[in-house]
Amino acid sequence: MAATAPVGGKTVTVRVNGTTYEREVEARRLLIHFLRDDLDLTGSHVGCDTGNCGACSVLYDGTLVKSCMLLAVQADGASIETVEGLAEGDELNDLQQAFGAHHALQCGYCTPGMLMSATALLREKPHPTEDEIRKGIQGNICRCTGYVNIVEAIKSVGA
Amino acid sequence: MTETTVAPPKPVVVEEGKPQKGWAGQNVPRKEDKRLLQGEGVFFDDIKRHEMGYVHFVRSPYAHARIKSVDVSKALELDGVYGTLTGDEVAILTDPFFELSVKPGADMKDYALAVGKVRFVGEPVAAVVAATRDLARDAAQLVEVDYEPLQPLVDARVAQSGGAPVLHEEAGSNVVWDGTFDWGDWEAAAAEADHVVKIKELHFDRFSSTPLECSGCLVEYNRGTGQWTMYCNHQMPGVGAIWMAPAMRVGIDKLRFVTQDIGGGFGNKICLHPYFVACCLLARKLNRAVQWTEWRTDQHTANAHGNERWFQDIEVAVKADGTLLGFKVKALDDCGAFPRYEPLGCIIWAQVTPGCYRWRHIRVGFTQVVTNKSPVSPNRGYSRMQHLWLTERIIDVVAHELGLDPVQVRKKNYVKHEEFPYETPNGCVYDSGDYARCLDIALDLVDYKKIEEKRVDAEARGKLFGIGIGSTLDSGTNNFGQSMILNPELQFSGNNEVATVKLDIFGEIVVTLGTVPQGQSHETTSAQVVSDILGCSPADVTVRAGHDTYWNSHAGFSGTYASQFAVTGLGAVKGATDMLAGEMKQLAAVVLGCAPDDIELADGTARMKANPEAALPFMALGAILNANNAGLPEDLNITLNCRYVYRPPFEKPDLERKYGNLTLTYATQIHACVVEVDPDTGVYEIVDYAAVDDCGKRIHPQIVEGQVHGATAQAIGAATHETFPYDEDGNLLTPNFYDYHVPHALDMPPMKTGYIESESPFTSLGAKGMGEGGGAGIHAVCAALQDALSSRGRPIVTDSCNPYHRVWSLLQDPAASRAGVEVVSR
Ligand code: FES
Ligand code: FES
Repeated sequence: MAATAPVGGKTVTVRVNGTTYEREVEARRLLIHFLRDDLDLTGSHVGCDTGNCGACSVLYDGTLVKSCMLLAVQADGASIETVEGLAEGDELNDLQQAFGAHHALQCGYCTPGMLMSATALLREKPHPTEDEIRKGIQGNICRCTGYVNIVEAIKSVGA
Repeated sequence: MTETTVAPPKPVVVEEGKPQKGWAGQNVPRKEDKRLLQGEGVFFDDIKRHEMGYVHFVRSPYAHARIKSVDVSKALELDGVYGTLTGDEVAILTDPFFELSVKPGADMKDYALAVGKVRFVGEPVAAVVAATRDLARDAAQLVEVDYEPLQPLVDARVAQSGGAPVLHEEAGSNVVWDGTFDWGDWEAAAAEADHVVKIKELHFDRFSSTPLECSGCLVEYNRGTGQWTMYCNHQMPGVGAIWMAPAMRVGIDKLRFVTQDIGGGFGNKICLHPYFVACCLLARKLNRAVQWTEWRTDQHTANAHGNERWFQDIEVAVKADGTLLGFKVKALDDCGAFPRYEPLGCIIWAQVTPGCYRWRHIRVGFTQVVTNKSPVSPNRGYSRMQHLWLTERIIDVVAHELGLDPVQVRKKNYVKHEEFPYETPNGCVYDSGDYARCLDIALDLVDYKKIEEKRVDAEARGKLFGIGIGSTLDSGTNNFGQSMILNPELQFSGNNEVATVKLDIFGEIVVTLGTVPQGQSHETTSAQVVSDILGCSPADVTVRAGHDTYWNSHAGFSGTYASQFAVTGLGAVKGATDMLAGEMKQLAAVVLGCAPDDIELADGTARMKANPEAALPFMALGAILNANNAGLPEDLNITLNCRYVYRPPFEKPDLERKYGNLTLTYATQIHACVVEVDPDTGVYEIVDYAAVDDCGKRIHPQIVEGQVHGATAQAIGAATHETFPYDEDGNLLTPNFYDYHVPHALDMPPMKTGYIESESPFTSLGAKGMGEGGGAGIHAVCAALQDALSSRGRPIVTDSCNPYHRVWSLLQDPAASRAGVEVVSR
C-alpha cells in the first residue's frame, strides 16, 4: 500500500484573479483540480488526461499554461488568471463580446481555455495575422465550431 | 425556395432591445453566451455535494476474458475509501437492460458492470468510491481481478465463421440482427443495364465525435422517497430512463435527470445508462452522493464509438449514358461488444436509402455483429452517414471506371427540384430541395471553371491535384415506427416533443423545453419563435436552461438527437405560444370589453386593434389572472401556462415490405473539396473547401452556419485522421487526444459556405432539422483523393478514413485497391 499512499500535504499561497488564497494541498494535486475543486473556480475545464485539449488553459504569472500539466504546489506564490477574471464585474471584455458577436462558441466547454489562449496571444501580439491566431490557439481543441468563428472573433479584436 | 446566395454576407447581429416582429430569421445574440463566456455555465462536473464520494471504475485490461474472481478487500482497507460495487452485486440487484433486437441480439445480456465475462478493453468490472478522485484511483488499483483470457474477436468479417469465439454464449451467435431490404427489382435493373460495376469491399472506419466534455454524473439518493437525482450530461434522458428503471426494478418516476450545460454530445452521450446504474446503486448502498467523471482515456476506450461498417459485394446497374438504375450490397455493421442502441442503426440508414439519387432498384442485406471492441452509439450523422458514404463512393467509382464526369453523373441522377415531394423506393418522402443548384453553388465557391488551370499549376509544382464532391442528406424528425421493422414487438412509433410557455405574475414569459441542448442554442431560437408570436423581444423571454425530469414537461421521445429541434422542439414552442397568445387575448378581451379577435399582441402589450391606446401590458395580464382574479367570468377557462405536445404526422410503416415514411424532413448538404497530394509521401492538404447547406427556413442563420462549420470539421477529421484501430489482441491504438488526432485550428482548411432555403412543406416554420450533414465532408475528401491519385495507377479509395500512410499505400500499390473492382459490360 505504501506504493500508492500519497505524499503528504503542503500549504500553498496562490493569487487567483487578484484574490489571495491559502490552502493545504496534497503534493500530487493538479493545479486544475486545485482551481476547480478547492477554490470552486469551475470556469476552467478538463477535457483530457494528456495535456492535449487546452480546456484547462490559464495564465501563470502572465504565461499561458495548461493547468492540468502543473501541480498546485508549483503555483505556490504565483499569480493565476482564469476566465472568471476577464469580465469587469458584469461587463464582458472586448474579447468575450467578440466571441459572442461572432458565434465563436456553441457548447462553451472549450471557451474558457480558448479565451485565455487568445488573451495571451493578444497581449503579446495586439494585431495578430490569421496565421498567428491559428498558431496561438493550436493547443486548444474545439469539437463544435471548426474554429472558423473563433478565429474571426480574435481577428476582430486585434483589428 | 426563397433565397440564394453564392457568397453569403457575414451575418449581422441585430439589436435585441426593440420589440418587433420577424425575430425568426435574424441573428439575435445567443442567450447562452453570457454565462459560458464568463465561466459561469454549469456543467455536471461543476456541481458538488457535502461529503460526496468520487467513483472510479476498475476496467478490464483484456478484450475477452472470463472473470474468475474479484477481490475488493484491499481497496476497502485504504483510508478514505467509502465502498465498492462488483459485478456479482449488480447481477443480484438488477436485471439485464432490455434489448431492442429480436433474437439472437435479444438474448445478449448487458449489465451495469461485467458479470462473469469481459468483452472489451475498458469494460467496467468493479467500482470504487473514495473521498477524492485520486484516492478512488489508488483504491481501484488495489482491486484484484483474476481473469482467464479468451480469444478475442476484432474483425467483424470473421464473426460468423466457424472458429470465431462467441461473445455472448446465451445468444449462441455473434449476430445481433440481420435482414434483407429489397425494393424495386434488382434483377430487372441488372438486365436492363449496359454496365454492371462491381466493388468487392468498402470499409467505413470507426471514429467518434469525441465531445470535449467527458461523460459523467453526480447522483443523490433520497432514502425517504426512493428517488435518485442525477446531475449529468445524458443527452437523451427519456430513453436512458426506459433502460434504467426496469433494470433497477423501480418505476420510471424514481429517476430524475438534471442537466444544464453540456460540453457537446453528438450522440456519444446517449448510452450512459450502464455507468449511471452503477452510480445509482452506489449512492443507495453508501447513502452518500457519488460523483463520476469519465477520464478522457476511458471515454475513447469504453464509452461509445461510431459504427464501423463493411460494404461487400456491391453491384451497380448503370446505363451507357450514366443513368443509374440501382445497386445491391451486403452491409456488415460492427457494433462492438454490446448492441445497446445499435440495432436501430440496422434500420436508420434506410431513411436515406437512395441518397440524393433517382435509382429505384435497391437491395441491401444488412447484418450487425458484435466484436470485442468498445460498444458504439449514435454518432453525428448516425447510420445514415455510413450509407451515404457508400452511395457517394458508388457514384465516384462508377464515374471513375466508366470514364464519366462525376459532376455530370450526379446532376443526371439527382432527384430533381420539380420532383419534390419525392417518394423514395422505400416510401420515404423527401420534402423539398434543389441538389443540382446546391452543387452549382459549391462548385462556384471553389472556382470550378478554373479547375483545369489549377490542376496544371499544382502539377507544375509537383503535386497531384484532385477535386471531389460530397452530397448528403440530413434526415430529421424520426418516425420511431421504423424500430418495428427491426422488431415488430417494440411498441414505438411516431415522435413527439413538448414545450410549456407561461406568462407569470410580473409579466415574465417563461419557456421550458423537453429537449437537452449541448450547444445547439435552443434557448435562443425558442425565444425568437415566442417573441414573434407574442409581439415582444427575445430579451423578454426566459428559456430555462437544460433539462430537469421533475421540472420540465417532457414526452416519450424528448431529447436532443437526430436533427429535429427546429421541427419538433420549435414546433412545440410555437404550439404552446399560440395557445398562450390565444389565452392572453381572451383575458384582455374580458378586461377591455371586446372580442378576443379585436385584440392584437404587439409592443409587449395586448391591445385593441382599433384603438391601440387601449392596451394592457403583459404584466397586467399576468397579475390579473394570477393574483387579482376576483370577478373574472366563471367560464374564462385559462391558465396562462400552456403545454403543447408537437406530434409529426406519421403512419406505422409496412413491416413486410419495410416500407413507409421514416423521417419528416431532409436537409441537404453539398460539399466540394480540393486537395493537393505529395506523390512521394502521400501527405496531402485540403487547399479549398466549400459547404452548401439547405435546411429550409433558417431561424438563426449564424447558428446554422456554425453547425455547418462544426459538422464539416468533424467530417474532415474523420476523413483524414480520426480512427479507432485495434490490434489483434483487441487493444485500442488511439485511446486519447495524443494518439487520436482531431483537427486543431491549424489543420482546418479555409472554409467557404453557401446556402439556399427550400422551405419544408411539412413543418410549422418551414424549417428542417440540421447539424448532422457534415458527413458530406468525408465523401468529398475521399472523392478528391481518388481524383488526385487517378494518374498514378487509378487506385480506388476504399476506406472512409485516409491518413497520409493510407494514401501512400494507394500510391505504392494502386492495383491492390483495384483488385475488387470490375466492370461487366453488355
Ligand atoms: S485538460 Fe488540460 S490540456 Fe486537456
Ligand atoms: S464550443 Fe464546444 S468544444 Fe468548443
